[in-house]
Amino acid sequence: MSTSKLSHADAAEQFIKDEPRTNWHDETLWFVRQKRDKAAHGLPEWEQLREWASQIKDHTLSNLDNYLLEFERNANTNGVTIHWATDGADHNRIIFDIIQKNNIQKIVKSKSMLTEECGLNEFLHAKGIETVDTDLGERIVQLRHEAPSHIVLPAIHLKKQDVSDTFHEHLHTEKGNNDPQYLTEAARQHLREKFIESELAITGVNFAIAETGGFVVCTNEGNADMGAHAAKIHIACMGFEKMIPKAEHLSVFLRLLARSATGQPITTYSSHFHKPREGQEMHIVIVDNGRSRQLGRADFRNSLKCIRCAACFNTCPVYRRSGGHSYHTAVAGPIGSILNPNIDMRANADLPFASTLCGSCSNVCPVKIDIHDQLWKWRQVLVSEGFVDTTKKVGLKGMAFVLARPGLYRFAGKAGRAMMRMFPWLLNNKLNPWYKQREMPAPPKESFRDWYIKNKQQ
Amino acid sequence: MKVGLFIPCYIDQFYPQVGIATLQLLEKLGCNVSFPLNQTCCGQPMANSGFAALSKNCDKNFVANFRGFDYIVGPSGSCVLHLKEHLHDEQHPGEAEHIRKHVYELTEFLVDVLKVEKIDASFPYKVGLHNSCHGQRGLHLSSMSERMLPAFSKPQQLLSMVKGLQLTLPVRSDECCGFGGTFCVFEEAVSVKMGKDRITEHSANEVEYITGGDVSCLMHLEGILKRNGSNVKTIHIAEILNSHA
Repeated sequence: MSTSKLSHADAAEQFIKDEPRTNWHDETLWFVRQKRDKAAHGLPEWEQLREWASQIKDHTLSNLDNYLLEFERNANTNGVTIHWATDGADHNRIIFDIIQKNNIQKIVKSKSMLTEECGLNEFLHAKGIETVDTDLGERIVQLRHEAPSHIVLPAIHLKKQDVSDTFHEHLHTEKGNNDPQYLTEAARQHLREKFIESELAITGVNFAIAETGGFVVCTNEGNADMGAHAAKIHIACMGFEKMIPKAEHLSVFLRLLARSATGQPITTYSSHFHKPREGQEMHIVIVDNGRSRQLGRADFRNSLKCIRCAACFNTCPVYRRSGGHSYHTAVAGPIGSILNPNIDMRANADLPFASTLCGSCSNVCPVKIDIHDQLWKWRQVLVSEGFVDTTKKVGLKGMAFVLARPGLYRFAGKAGRAMMRMFPWLLNNKLNPWYKQREMPAPPKESFRDWYIKNKQQ
Repeated sequence: MKVGLFIPCYIDQFYPQVGIATLQLLEKLGCNVSFPLNQTCCGQPMANSGFAALSKNCDKNFVANFRGFDYIVGPSGSCVLHLKEHLHDEQHPGEAEHIRKHVYELTEFLVDVLKVEKIDASFPYKVGLHNSCHGQRGLHLSSMSERMLPAFSKPQQLLSMVKGLQLTLPVRSDECCGFGGTFCVFEEAVSVKMGKDRITEHSANEVEYITGGDVSCLMHLEGILKRNGSNVKTIHIAEILNSHA
C-alpha cells in the first residue's frame, strides 16, 4: 500500500460531501444489518453457535501447524497439489507459474479477498494476462478499475445508474436503462461467454477441512462452480487461517456465515471441493502474508478467527458513513482495521483510529473477535512504535502533563474558561475542528469544584 | 456507605450543573457523599488515543483521591468504563483494584447498589434517550440490539419513575452518536455526520430534550443542535432524576 493515499479521515470527508449518497450508503447497509438481526433472532441457539464457532477457531489456531499438515496430506491423497506462499508476491508467482506452464490465455476468477490482498489482478495484468472477475459486484468494480469497497457486497458504494453507465460503456447496454433485471441479464450473457472460454478458474476458500483435505467455497451466484466446472485447471487460494478441523464443524460456520453476512439462512451455493475431476488439475495455494506474525501477537492473534462475513462492516456507524474505499486496503471496516496494521503498520496507522470504539463490531462478530478492544490495543502499539502525528503527540503530552497536576489543571481550566468568555474567537475559528460544524460548550464562571467548596464544604 | 463523587474533568469545567444534580440526587437517596478536591481526569483521553503510557500519573492521582471509599460514583459511563478496564497504580495495586471493582456509573449504582424503586422527580416533557456506547455495551447498562439476550435498560427503568416524562427511543436505539473522544476532532466529518443522524432520528419523535448518561455524547449533540438553531435541548439524566417534583 502506498503512503501517498488519503488518510481515512480525509477520504471519509470527501465521501460525506455527497450527503444524499452517504445517507443511501448508510441506509442500505443498515438494512443488511437488520436482516442479520432478524435471522439471528430466529435462532434461539444463536449465542451458543457464536461460542462454538469461537472455540473451534481458537482451538484450530492453537494447533494450526498440525491441522495444516493434516490438510496437506489429505489433499495430496485426493490428488490436489498444495503450494505454500510466504507472502503476496510468492502467491502471485506460484499462480503465474501454473499459467505459464499450461500456456493459459483465458482466466475466470470468483471472489477472493485474498487475491485482492495480494494484488493478483494487477500483477497478472502487468504480465499481459487478463483475469475476469465473475462475481457480479466484483465484475462491476473491475470494469470501473476500482477496488471492492466491501468484502461481501463489493459494489455497494454504487447506485443502479452507476452500474448502468458502466455497463453501457463496457457491455454496450442501452444508455440510461437502470432496470436491475435488464442489467443483470446483460452481465449474465457477458459472463457466460467468459465461463465457456475459460481455461483456468481461480476461486477463494471459505473453509478448508483438515480431516478430509476438502474445501468449501460459498457464493450466492454460483460463479465459483461455473468457473471451476468449466476450466481444466482450478486454483483455490486461501489464507492459512481458513482451516477447520473436521467436516462436522462446517454446520456451525455455514449457519453463522450467511446469517451474519446477509441475513440469509444459508449461502445459495456452498460448494464442496475434494478432488479434481478426471482430466482436471486442482491446486491450493496456502498463503501466510503476515498471518504467522499476527498469530504471534498475543493481543491480536484471534483476529485470525475471522470468517469474512462483514457483519462488522454493516454494523459499523463509521464504515456506513465513510465508505469502504476510505480504508484504502483490501479488507476495509473494523476487521480490516485490526488486520491491516499487521501487514503494513506505517501505511495503515490511521485505521485503528477510524473508530469511536462503540463496540458494536465485537457484538455482531459470529466468531467473537474482540474487535473494538483490539482497535484500542493497536492504537497503543502504533503510538509506541512512533506512527503518530506530531501535533497529536504534543497535544496529548501537554494534556497529560496538566491533568496529572491538580493545581495546574484547576488554573488551566479557570483561565481557559475565562479566555473562552472574553475572547471566544480564540476557539471559534476554522483552526478548531470541533467548531467547524458544532458550537463550543458555554463556559460557566464556576467549576463544579468551586460550587462544592462554596456550598458544601464546612 | 461512604461514596466518593467522581466528577470527570470536562463536567467539572463545563457542566457543573450535572455534578450538582448527581451530588444532590445521591444525598437525597441517603448516601454519605464526598467530593475529593484534588481529582482531575480519569486518563481516558490519552489512553483512547494510544497514549495509555501517559495516563500513569492521572491514575496515580485518581487512586490518591479515591482510596478508602466504599463506592466511587460518576455521571459518565465512558470514564467509569475506562477506570474499570485500565486503572492501575504500581505503588498501590490493592487500592487500584478496589477502585476498579467499586467504581459505578450513576444509573448502574442507583439500580444495582441502591436498588432504587421510587424517585421523587417530575419532568413533564417529551424526552429522547441516547444510549451511550460505553455505558451500554461496556458497562451493560442496557441490552444491546446486536445480542440475542432479554431486553432491559437501567436508565429507562429510572426514567419511568419520573412524573410526567414521556420517553421516546430513536429507531436505531443503540447507534453511536459519533463523539468517540479525540475521534470527534481527528475524524471531524464522520463524527458530525453521525451526530446529525442521531439528531434526525430524535427529531422525528418531536422530542424537547435528548438525555443520556454521558455528557460527552450530549456535548457533541448539543454543539450540532445549537449550530443548526434547533429548539431541542440536551440534558443529563442526573438533572432529570434530580428535578423537583
